[in-house]
This record gives sequence, structure tokens and C-alpha cells, in this order.
Amino acid sequence: MPVHTITFEPDDKYNAFLTICNKPTHTEGKLAGVAVAVKDNISTAGIETTCASRILKGYVPPYDAHVVGLLKQAGAAIAGKTNMDEFGMGTTTENSAFGPTLNPCDTGRVPGGSSGGSAAAVAAGMVRMALGTDTGGSIRCPAAFCGIVGLKPSYGRVSRYGLIAYANSLEQIGPMGKTVSDVSTLMSVIAGYDRHDTTSRDKPYSHTPVADIKGLKIGIPQEYFGQGVDAQVAAVVKKAISRLEELGATTVPCSIPSMEYALAAYYVTCTCEASSNLARFDGVRYGPAADTKKSWHDAYQEVRSAAFGTEVRRRIMLGTFALSSGYYGKYYAKAQVARENIKADFNRIFRDVDVIAGPTMPTIAFKLKEKSDPLSMYLADILTVPANLAGIPAISVPCGKSEGMPVGLQIMGRMFDDERVVDVAYAYEQAVN
Amino acid sequence: MVSEKDVQHIAELADVGISSEELGTFTHQFNAIIEYFDTLDRVKGDPTITHELHTILREDEIEPSLSQEDVLRNAAAKEDGFIKAPRVM
Amino acid sequence: MADAEDQVIVGLEVHCQLDTKSKLFCGCDTDYRSDGPNTHVCPICLGLPGAMPSLNKKAIQYAMKVAKALNCEVLEESEFSRKNYFYPDLDKAYQITQYDKPLAEGGYLEIESDEGGERKIRLTRIHVEEDPGRLVHMGNVERGKYSLVDYNRAGIPLIEIVSEPDMRSPKEARKFLNKLRATLEYLSVFDSEKEGSLRVDANISIKGHERVEVKNITSYKGVEKALLFEVTRQKNLIRRGQRIERETRHYLEARGVTQSARSKEMENDYRYFPEPDLRPLRVKSWVDGIVLPELPDARRERFIAEYGCSLNHARTLTGELKLANFFEKVVASDKKGLSTLASTWIADTLIGELNYRDMGLDKIEPAAMTGLILLLKAGTITDKSGIEVLRVMLDEQHKGEAVETPEAIVSRLNLAKTTDDEGAYVAVIFEVIKENPKAIEDYKTGKKGAMNFLVGQVMKKTRGRADPDMLNRLMIAALEDCGAVR
Repeated sequence: MPVHTITFEPDDKYNAFLTICNKPTHTEGKLAGVAVAVKDNISTAGIETTCASRILKGYVPPYDAHVVGLLKQAGAAIAGKTNMDEFGMGTTTENSAFGPTLNPCDTGRVPGGSSGGSAAAVAAGMVRMALGTDTGGSIRCPAAFCGIVGLKPSYGRVSRYGLIAYANSLEQIGPMGKTVSDVSTLMSVIAGYDRHDTTSRDKPYSHTPVADIKGLKIGIPQEYFGQGVDAQVAAVVKKAISRLEELGATTVPCSIPSMEYALAAYYVTCTCEASSNLARFDGVRYGPAADTKKSWHDAYQEVRSAAFGTEVRRRIMLGTFALSSGYYGKYYAKAQVARENIKADFNRIFRDVDVIAGPTMPTIAFKLKEKSDPLSMYLADILTVPANLAGIPAISVPCGKSEGMPVGLQIMGRMFDDERVVDVAYAYEQAVN
Repeated sequence: MVSEKDVQHIAELADVGISSEELGTFTHQFNAIIEYFDTLDRVKGDPTITHELHTILREDEIEPSLSQEDVLRNAAAKEDGFIKAPRVM
Repeated sequence: MADAEDQVIVGLEVHCQLDTKSKLFCGCDTDYRSDGPNTHVCPICLGLPGAMPSLNKKAIQYAMKVAKALNCEVLEESEFSRKNYFYPDLDKAYQITQYDKPLAEGGYLEIESDEGGERKIRLTRIHVEEDPGRLVHMGNVERGKYSLVDYNRAGIPLIEIVSEPDMRSPKEARKFLNKLRATLEYLSVFDSEKEGSLRVDANISIKGHERVEVKNITSYKGVEKALLFEVTRQKNLIRRGQRIERETRHYLEARGVTQSARSKEMENDYRYFPEPDLRPLRVKSWVDGIVLPELPDARRERFIAEYGCSLNHARTLTGELKLANFFEKVVASDKKGLSTLASTWIADTLIGELNYRDMGLDKIEPAAMTGLILLLKAGTITDKSGIEVLRVMLDEQHKGEAVETPEAIVSRLNLAKTTDDEGAYVAVIFEVIKENPKAIEDYKTGKKGAMNFLVGQVMKKTRGRADPDMLNRLMIAALEDCGAVR
């Protein structure tokens, strides 16, 4: 196959990229010559992959993540690696060890997280498409804050092989772009079974978005419009939902009672899994050099306390605590029961409706350094985590502005019904543009 | 409720380290979060989770390994093809 | 029978490498021993960030064969868990193992008890897990000590078999281990000749006292030695009125002692949770379809019935798969005719000669053994010559020379028994009588052994070819002739 080269020299004034590939090569295919940005927690052979952490500074993977291979096969040009919250832990990309990414809509504000770099790169027009990852809202949140489209696929539809794990049972790699059509195209390239990922499903995606939603039944959960959500954001989203009704859909009020403990279930699960996933970073096989003259324990602790950021250390400790002797039943095991209850709630609702709609985030993008208390930061994820806990698909599509900043409309669907979720977003997008 | 001593112990168990300056704030934040975790105490339900997918297996076939060079490439210290690590006391 | 007051109580945890082509969670070739360090490694077994495990079907099939052979109950659903701890040879900082839902539970293995009967050693569970890498310690006090790590072994499939504390002595522990090893060999799931393929942790206590764990035993002989040392150590402490510490000790093979492990092992909180990248196993339905080969006990009974072996010989011969196969090949051409001689010569003589030379059974052809047995059966050579022929063949093999056939050796060294040329012997006999007057006197005075000595001298001079009975007869006649009468 002939190999071509493009030139990629973006004016990255938002610190969206950690690594830029100025002359990326590409072959032929569906994405021939399209510059695609890849979040820096996705392994790219020969290209530094850091997860925005000092503990992986200089790490060059000897292998490609499965989806990166698929991108290359489709002719995409890997434009570079984008900034993120360290190891995916954050909602603002301020937790990056290499400086925050700025929101192209207002550089005094955050782009959202943890896929803030990918969102900014797309929003600023540096690339047409980008890959992000979503563990508790990390694709949808920056998509909403930056005014672009981002899809969290159904769990298992996109291979995680090569994704540097934060929370294995929650996360998915997903497509981000300016339009629903681009997001759908990118999804068709990356979705599909991978034998290297035992949790991956044989559910390829080969859908062209359809704008017809006549007869669609949309569930409106009361918890998504409650007191935790900014009134103006709620109003903008409600207006968008009316637009959907004008297009032929009907709305049905519903409730997700198990949302009461969704956030706790999410943070217990992700911190426990992360505490185990991040234990391998010891400066021996990769990362900053461990002092081989010190004893193992001392050297190990030295590398980790110096090279992990505060939020990462905090979550590792929370997870270590929750898994420690005697606590497993109280926390992790209970969290999995909570997840089953959340799935059951969604299943019940989806008996009567086809999709669920609501705001992606409870507010517009925060100002830089506005959120300093970790718990209040965690609470911002309340509307996005349920989809991760249940594994169902969820998309964020821009639906207006509040205080001059973008607001995202979130559409969630049945398990493996990503196509329908995309269609609803597409119908809205086509109607307003 | 966890004490500063508990937090210190957890930091050691996880080998992430915590400075004396951080300890106070960290403990305070930690407790707030753990208290939030306790919401799960109210969760009721069958603890047996049934997975839809099960028994996913791979045939016993040999696939190429990395070259020794690739294995050692990212290691800061190596010797004679081995990766060098601090001695366990 | 109730335990004695100072009864020794032993339980074992045995880890065996399963003989699959590829590793447990990746496709790396498991045949790493003759290759350089870190040459059988991939992103998965190196634990590179982002890599994910993929379970080897063969490893599970092998483990299930073991479970069935050991009469275990396979669980409806089993799952893999992460055992989290930090160590340089554990590249993910967790080992993927099985914790609260192992592959199988219960089961038993029967061994010969110290009292002579059979003892049923119950099993607690069987599960599958991955092997960590290998550490080599280097350096010195001046340059600073450090470790070198080789991840070739990381990810090799292990089966862990845990017994109940049913063994009553270090000897029984060795027997259990031998029986287990043989069973795994018979199932073709384990190669005991691979260095480091078997590791044992032992739990030992004296009745009424604390339990001590002994880790890092890597040889079969080591198990008995380590436990004997422990029994002595513990009994001494008890006799002095001291407490036995509940602790973990390491076995130091070179010194034959156990030493307290100063490490934090006892304090390790492994924070087990189910491996989120793997799905549960539901393989109980496979059990019915598993066809077991003939196992050691059945083969032993068959050797007794079909070949007429004694219980002891049958036990020895079936104690190792290769040995049992060897025996059957040797006697194949004439089972009834060759079995008696073959069982003695293989179980008693050949094994000893091989061990002495540190040679394996693969160093001798079954056909060569058959040839030797045939010569012995026909009376062509004496037992003594037989041993000589065997030694010549083994030595030639050992030195890398061409190995002669038994017949060729007999011919070359003129070992054939000569039963007809009595005249030649008579001459030698008179020579011996002349040279050994003291022996003649001893014989006259009825001293025991004098006759044997004289005959022995003749044998020496004639290179042991002569039929001892014939020599005895001729010697007595010759002595009479010389007037040497008892």
C-alpha cells in the first residue's frame, strides 16, 4: 500500500497537545489523510505516551493500541497525543503534570476532563476528529464544555487493548468531533471485536446517521433536572428537548432512584481498580529511574511520591483503603450491587422509552482553578457516571449556550443501541443547523 | 473516621508517600470522601453478580514475543539482558 | 487411631508449571530455559500499561484433568482475582490468581502411610495462576546490592494444589509429593524434568503447637529434608519449654536448614478483588467429557496382575511415567518370559546405576535392556557379567561414544559363561589353591567364608564368566584331591 505524508503544524495556544507529529504518514481508506488526535493514555508504538504523568515521561510503547491499528488501517494520520487529567483522574484537565489545557471558547476556563486536550484540539479546529476515553464522563464532559460532539460507546464495543487502564470495568475509548457525522464515522472505524480484549463484544458499528426520530419516546429523569443542576443549563437543555418533540418525539417523565448512590459506587469502583492498575509504576521497566542503590521499598516509594500528582495519590490511597482487609464487602462488593441496581433501573425505564435525555453536565465550564476541593469536583460527575456504571451508550451534542459558554445535551440509550443514540443527536444537530 | 496516622499508614501500604505538610488537609478531605462512600451502606440487593459473558478462552498457540531490545528499551537500568532493580531487603 | 501427643502434622501447597505451548495469558512460547533473559516476553506478560490478559484454554483443560484425577469437585463458576503486592519480579504489581472461587475444591490422593497401610490425603482446593518472573541477586557490599530481573518466566501457567494437614511425617510428605508428581506426569500436563517446574510450601506443626510455614522448597528431596529439620527444631524448642512462633521460614537448600523470613510477608494485605479484565469460567460441564489415562495406582495393579511384579517393584516401576513406559517396552516381545528378570533388573539395578552416574532414563534404549535381559535369561552370562555389560553401555553413552549392543560387549570382553570347558577351570583352581595356603587352612578348620573366598579368587582370575555352582563343585573336588578335607 502506498504511504503518504501530511504536514501538521497547528498553532496550539491551548496546550491541547503533549506530542505533535509534524509529518504523520498515512495509507488509504475511509479516513485517508484525516488528521486524528489521540488521547495520551492510548498506546501508540514509537510515540511517547505519558497519561499526562511524570511517571511515564519518556515512555515509548513498543506496541499500538488495537484502535490505533484500526485508525492506521483506515488511512488516518496520527496527528499527535493530547493532554488530559493525569491517568484520567479529573474533570478539568487541570490535573495534568504538564499544565492545563485551555478552553478554546474562553481561555479563562477549563475545557473539561479528562479528555480536555482532545476536545480543545477539535473545538479549535486543529483536527477534525479525536479519540478520547470515558470512565465517568471524560469524553462527554469536555465535549459539553467545549461545544463539540463526544460519544461514550456501550461497554465492550470498542477494544480497550492498549488503553492504559484507570478503571477497567468502567472505561471505553470513544470518538470526538465537531459533527455527529464525523463522530459516527470515527466510531465505525474503531468499534468491533478484538480477541486481545476479553471484555470486547462482537458488535461492529457500520451506521450512517439518520435524522428521523418520529415516534421516538424520550425519558426525562427527574434527577437530571434537580437542585444540583444550574437553572440556566437546565433551561437550555429543556429547550433542546422541546426541539426533539417538534421533530416528532414524545417525552415521558421517569426516575432513576439508584442515582442516590451512583457517585459513591463510581468512585469506590474506579479508585479500587486504579489503586491496583497504578501499582506497576515503579521506575524499573519504564518511567523515571528507580535508585537501584536504595532498598526496593524505599526506591519504590521515592519514585511514586515524586512522580504521581496529588489527585492520583489521593485516588490510589482511597482505593487501597477500600480494598484493604475487611473493607471489601463494605465498599467494592457493595458498589457492584449498586451497579446492578442502576442497570435494573435503566432496564425498567427502557421498557417504556427508547432513549433518555438530560444535561451532560450540571454547569457550564468552570473557571480555571475554581474547583479546588476534591469532593465538590467529584460531585460534578453526577450526571455522567450512571452510563458508565450501567455500560450503556451516551452521547453529548452541543445544544445552546449559557453565559456565553456551550451547553451539552446528553442522550443515553439501551445497551448496544449506540446507533439510535447517534441518530437522536444527529436529528437535533440537523434541525438546529 | 480515619486519623492522620491511618492516612499515613495507607500512604505507606500503597507506597505513594505523603508529606507532613499534606497530611492534615489530606486526612480532612479523605474523611469527607469516605463518608460519602458510606452512602453504599444503604444499598440493598443480591451480592451475586451474574455476568453475561463467560468462559472466554484462547487456543494454545505460540505468538511472536518482543525482541529483548524492545523489552529493555524503556528500562532505566539494565545489565546483560536483565532489567536492574533495587535489591529487596 | 488417635494422634500421639507429639504428632507431626503436615500440609502442603504445591505449585506445578503446566506444560502448555504458550503462557497462561499471552502467546509467548513457554520453552524459555535455554534462551537469553527477557526473550520470551510480550506487552502482556511484561505488564506494559494497556496490555490485557487472554486466558489459555489448554491450561484450563489440563487443570481440569488434574481435578478429575484427584477426585475434586469442579465449581459451577470460578473466577480469577488479583493478588496485589509489590515485588520486582511481579511486573503488574499483582498476580492474577484464583481466590474465593477456585477451579475445584475437595478431592484426595492416596499414599502409603508410615504404618504400612494406605492414607488418604485430602485436598482443599486446586486453582490456576500465573508464575512471576525470576530474580537474580547481584552486587556486593561495596558496589551496592541490586537485583537483576528476567521476565521469561512471568505468565507461565501454574496449577496450585493445596492439601489438608493430613500428612503425619516428612516421609509421608515426600510420598505425597512423589505420587502427585507421578499423577501429573501420567496426565501429560507436567514435565518434572524442567528445572524449577515444581515448588512447594509446607505447613508443619507439632500437635498442640503453632503452625510454621516453610517456603521456597524447590526439590523433592528438599521437602523431606526441610521438614525433618523443622521437626527437630520444633521438638527441641518444645523440650526446652519454649513457644513455637507462628511464622514463615525459608528453606535454604545448600545448608539444609530453614531460616526465619524477616520480610513483611505475614503482614501482607493482598487486597484481593475479581480481575475485571477476565470473565468467569463455567466449565463444570466439561468434566464428564474428560477421559483420564491409566493413572499410577491402576497401572501398579496392572503390573502386578499382567506382569507378575511384586508390590514393591510395581510401586517403583509405576512411580515415574517414563520408567513405567520403559519397562513395558522392554518386556513387550515376551511379557511372561521377561517380566520377572526385567522388574528386578530395572527397578533394583538400572535405577541405581543411572542415579550413580546422574543420568536420565532417556540415556538407555529399551532394546538394549531387552537384549541384556535375554542374555541373562538364556544363562549366557552371570549376574555379575550382566552388571558389567550394563555399566559399559552406560559409560559409553556418558562419554559420548558409540554404544555397543549387549551381545557385542559380551563378545568383546569374552564374558560368555563357559559351562563346558571345565578343564580350564580346574587348572585355575589348582593355581588358586597353591597361592592361598592360609585359605586352605581356614577351610580345613571349618571357617566360614573360606570357600567363598577361594571361589571368588577363581572368579577374579576368570573374569566372572564361570557358573558359580560349577566352580563350587570343582573346588570341593579339587580340595578333596589335595587332602584338604573338612
